[in-house]
Amino acid sequence: MRVAVQSAPFDLGAEAESFAKGNTRMGAVVTFTGVVRDVEGGDLSAMEIEHYPGMTEKAIAKIADEAATRWSLGDVLVIHRHGRLEPGERIMMVATAAPHRKDAFEAAEYLMDYLKSRAPFWKKEITADHTGWVAAKDEDEDALTRW
Amino acid sequence: MDVLYFAWVRERIGLPREQVDTQAATVADLIEELRAREDRYAAAFEDLSALRVALDQDLSDFDAPLKGVREVAFFPPMTGG
Repeated sequence: MRVAVQSAPFDLGAEAESFAKGNTRMGAVVTFTGVVRDVEGGDLSAMEIEHYPGMTEKAIAKIADEAATRWSLGDVLVIHRHGRLEPGERIMMVATAAPHRKDAFEAAEYLMDYLKSRAPFWKKEITADHTGWVAAKDEDEDALTRW
Repeated sequence: MDVLYFAWVRERIGLPREQVDTQAATVADLIEELRAREDRYAAAFEDLSALRVALDQDLSDFDAPLKGVREVAFFPPMTGG
C-alpha cells in the first residue's frame, strides 16, 4: 500500500504502469483519476486545496486498511494533491489490484466515497470575480451508508 | 493544548493554530470558552452543524472529553477526492 499526499503533479501513466506490473496473482487493476472540473460558465481560474498534514495521511491509510479487510486486495495506491491547481489538472488517483475485478472495482469505489468526506481536504474555487469554499454535499455523506 | 483551524474556520478566526490554556472538560466546553473570547470566534463557532472536530488527528464528537488530548482541530465538512 502506498499513500502520497503532495503538491507536485504526478505522472498518471507511470504510476499506473508501475502499480500494475510485477504481480502475477492479481488479475485485475482498477484506476480512478480525479480532475479539476471547470465551473458552470467556464471561468474557474484555479482550485486551492487545503489539507491537515499528519491527519490526512493517517485518515487515508485507515480508509485503505479498511478496504483491505473488506475485499481481497493485493495492493492499494492513493495519491492526492494539495495546493493550487488549474482546471484540467489531476487532483488525485486511486488504484486497486485484486485477483478478480469485482473486488478491485468495489474497493476503488469505497476508497473514493470515503476520501470525499473522511479525508481532511478542503477545496476553494477561485473565479474571476468570486472566491469560495466548496460545500460538502449531502449525497457524498449519504454515499457512505451503502457500505 | 494546540488548537488548529482549517478552511473557512481558519479564515474567520484569522489564524491557523494557537496554544490554548484551558481546563475545559469536553470539546463543547472548549467551544464555549472560545466563543466568549471575541466576535471572530463567535462567528466561526456560530453553527456547530457546519463544523467537524478532530482530537489528536482522529475525527471525534463535540461531547468527547479532552483529558489527555494534545491537539484539537476544527474544520468544515471535508471535500476531498
